[in-house]
Amino acid sequence: MNIQGENKTQNRVLGLLPLWSVIGIFMIGPLLVMAAVSLMESNVYGGVHFKFSLNGYRQILFDTNLFGEREFNPAYIIIIGRSFILAISATILSLIIGFPAAYFISRQSNKVKNILIFLVTIPFWTNLLIRTFAWIIILGKGGVIESSFNFLGLLDDEGSLNLMYTNSAILIGLVYSYLPLMVLPIYASMEKMDMRLLEAAADLYSSRIGLIRKIILPLSMPGIIGGSILVFVPCLGAFIAPDLLGGGKKLLLGSLIQFQFSYARNWPFGAAVAMFLLSLVILVLFFNAHINKRHREYEIHG
Amino acid sequence: MKNNAIKFLVSFSFLLFSANAFAAGKLNLYNWADYTPEELVNKFEAETGIQVTVDTYDSNETLLAKLQAGGGSTGYDLAVPSQHFVEIFIKEGLIEKISGISDMSNYKYVAEQFQGPSFDPTQEYSTPWQMGSASWAYRADSYSGNGSSMMEFFKPSDEVCGKVAVFKSPEEVVNMAHLALGSNFCSEDPNEMQAVLDLLLEQKKCVAVYSSEGINERLMSGEIIMHAHWDGYSQVGRWEGVDDLTYAYPKEGVVGWFDSLVMPKGAKNVEEAKAFMNFVMHPENMAILSNFAAYANAIPESVNYLSEDMKNAINIQVPDGIPVKFGQACNEVSQGLVDKVWTKLMQ
Amino acid sequence: MGKKSKFRHVWDFPGFSGWTAIFFGFLYIPIFVLVCYSFNSSKFAMIWTGFSFRWYAKLFSNDDIQNAALNSLIVAFTAAPIATIIATFSALVLVRGGDFRAKELSNGLITLPLMVPEIVTAVATLIFFASLGINLGLINVIIAHTVFCIPFAYMPIRAALEAMDPNLELAARDLYSDKTSAFRTITLPLLTPGILSGFMLAFVISIDDFIITLMVAGGGSTTLPVYIYSMVKMGVSPEVNAVSSLMLSFSILIVTFYWLFNRKINY
Repeated sequence: MNIQGENKTQNRVLGLLPLWSVIGIFMIGPLLVMAAVSLMESNVYGGVHFKFSLNGYRQILFDTNLFGEREFNPAYIIIIGRSFILAISATILSLIIGFPAAYFISRQSNKVKNILIFLVTIPFWTNLLIRTFAWIIILGKGGVIESSFNFLGLLDDEGSLNLMYTNSAILIGLVYSYLPLMVLPIYASMEKMDMRLLEAAADLYSSRIGLIRKIILPLSMPGIIGGSILVFVPCLGAFIAPDLLGGGKKLLLGSLIQFQFSYARNWPFGAAVAMFLLSLVILVLFFNAHINKRHREYEIHG
Repeated sequence: MKNNAIKFLVSFSFLLFSANAFAAGKLNLYNWADYTPEELVNKFEAETGIQVTVDTYDSNETLLAKLQAGGGSTGYDLAVPSQHFVEIFIKEGLIEKISGISDMSNYKYVAEQFQGPSFDPTQEYSTPWQMGSASWAYRADSYSGNGSSMMEFFKPSDEVCGKVAVFKSPEEVVNMAHLALGSNFCSEDPNEMQAVLDLLLEQKKCVAVYSSEGINERLMSGEIIMHAHWDGYSQVGRWEGVDDLTYAYPKEGVVGWFDSLVMPKGAKNVEEAKAFMNFVMHPENMAILSNFAAYANAIPESVNYLSEDMKNAINIQVPDGIPVKFGQACNEVSQGLVDKVWTKLMQ
Repeated sequence: MGKKSKFRHVWDFPGFSGWTAIFFGFLYIPIFVLVCYSFNSSKFAMIWTGFSFRWYAKLFSNDDIQNAALNSLIVAFTAAPIATIIATFSALVLVRGGDFRAKELSNGLITLPLMVPEIVTAVATLIFFASLGINLGLINVIIAHTVFCIPFAYMPIRAALEAMDPNLELAARDLYSDKTSAFRTITLPLLTPGILSGFMLAFVISIDDFIITLMVAGGGSTTLPVYIYSMVKMGVSPEVNAVSSLMLSFSILIVTFYWLFNRKINY
């Protein structure tokens, strides 16, 4: 029921005008400008020359070596690959860590459930940089882990576990950053689960594994997929974890893009990589929407 | 509730705009990290009443990128580039022309040979800050070499392999490689640059991290034994507790630089910036700078105010016969080659 | 939901409680470590030498940090209200406005800032401001923050609107002759908790933002997270821990208020 009055269209337009103008001008606008910049020529001293050039995109695959010859350059493919692998690994790890916890929380009483979920959410609302920084203290040389090993006599004073500046350090940072985003959707779909289904299934199947496989997993699938996407997408474009924990040596898509706008001063290339990342994300979201539609159809038609 | 919200919003926007309007009495300084002594800022604030905020960057390249991205106005009133970058800034129209520098009351304290330098012959763009060199430094207690050759840094011995750190920005490192290989800065020859790249790639196998910040902290913790460094800053490292941090003056030479204060385009607090420029040229104040950052300066009379520590600073004393080659502003071709080399290195 | 029985059901998996404990440990131990080390009296964070408040004391004499914190607050207190107002209008139209052609599109538009990776938004905004020569210092940051705060403000408001009983408004319209009064006296007050929740969420998000602010901020517009970043790059020092712990506590406080506030209003 529309409460806004007779002139529906006018009210709708007025109501949505702020939204459209703000996001239109300051979100769509920048994205369009960025798309344009990705097609321009870069200025050696930073910024762009207003000339059309496909070099931004070309640089992803090809490179001119110092002698001006064009050659295939696998470097950025490697970075893209590394970003993918790390993002997928982070997603899987978060799933493994978060799934049992989500299940356990959903089986508690209402009061306990709410408190636990609140505790899960808190880290998410705090500053990502600070949370990642905490890991430097833990993983760094002389940090918490090494000090404890030292204390327990497992590591001598001069030795080092060399945990920092590795892919594993980045992985830990990524998982830590987005773990709550995996837990919350899974919890949401588990919460809706009907206990009677479980009871019935318990009568039918004697093993717990069967219970998990046949009932719990399929029913929480929307949550699992939702959570996976919520973790995978940010991990793809992550910047803080690779920058602080990876030592700047192991570039990922996010830090590669940022690098182009600071030291490397190659805006078109940075914009091209950003467009690439954006298209990947859109693809994933389309895929998700498609699956959701199918799932809904499945639920309706059974 | 809505009325209160509106009132709140209005007063806040007023606060915002007035903060911008009352720009007089403020100064935004953009400087290298760990390069602005608090004592200097406090003294300036006390003498002039101008409030100073300091933001930091870690390399000339970052500064260039920031100025370029700033378009018409970056929000900064002063920045501190090295000599060859002043040339680039002038060429790209990134800094303001300042009238009356030679008429400033403390200008007379600047040594003759530094007045009207090659990168700013008409003295319309810059005033002196500090000068020094770039090379590398090592912990003498963990390294048995003596820094006599630049190659020790680019081909680290097994002793230090894995505990080497290099600057994150290309320019000084590439120049050091040129020194090691005997080629000229700003080379346009692809063969020479390929040799540079190969040298850097070989070094990379032993490099733990590429960073221009937190240098002394890394050396202090022992995580790094050999670090690309600046002469004065390595001296500061000694003062801060890395007792045997030794700066290398290899036979091939070190990369010299001369930093100056410039005014980025669109600076809002012009008079305050000029006041600061003048302030720094006074011998007493320049000495505060040198005592803090441990670099040499262009104001001879500041010697009278130098601390004992400075007079005994061994890391900044250039041994006889060691060349100091100053960085130059590379043209587009050579700059493009440098960028290429660095991009390939970082992949 | 049945009562929790004392006997273990087959669906209460053993080990899951232990796993959940480890899970929460993983989530909170880094924060705990961070806060602990902020009380370390040694300059070098990694070597514990004793309990001390000196780093917190140092913070209070650090002008730059206070400036950065002030900037963070100015930005959040400006961007969050604007975002909340925009979100409120949008929610009213999108939830109550019936079906219309641009509805799906508008819904998508509102979630757009959430979908686009933050680094992409940051870089695009930087290029946008740079090419148009828009350099208004803190206002650039405020504009960028407003954009991504809108979806966060929107979510609770929408939820509140959807949960509101439409019959209440129908009854109000019978009582009042004009729609605006009905709206003002019934809908708006009922919606206020939702609006406040949206505001709190938007506020926290703005305070915490780092990547977008890092790329977009010009001179003198440094916010607290950006300042902390430059400190972290310089090296690990307890001062960073101290200011980080303070920031953490502040965010946690706001979120706790939000949560308690939401609990009181059982939709």
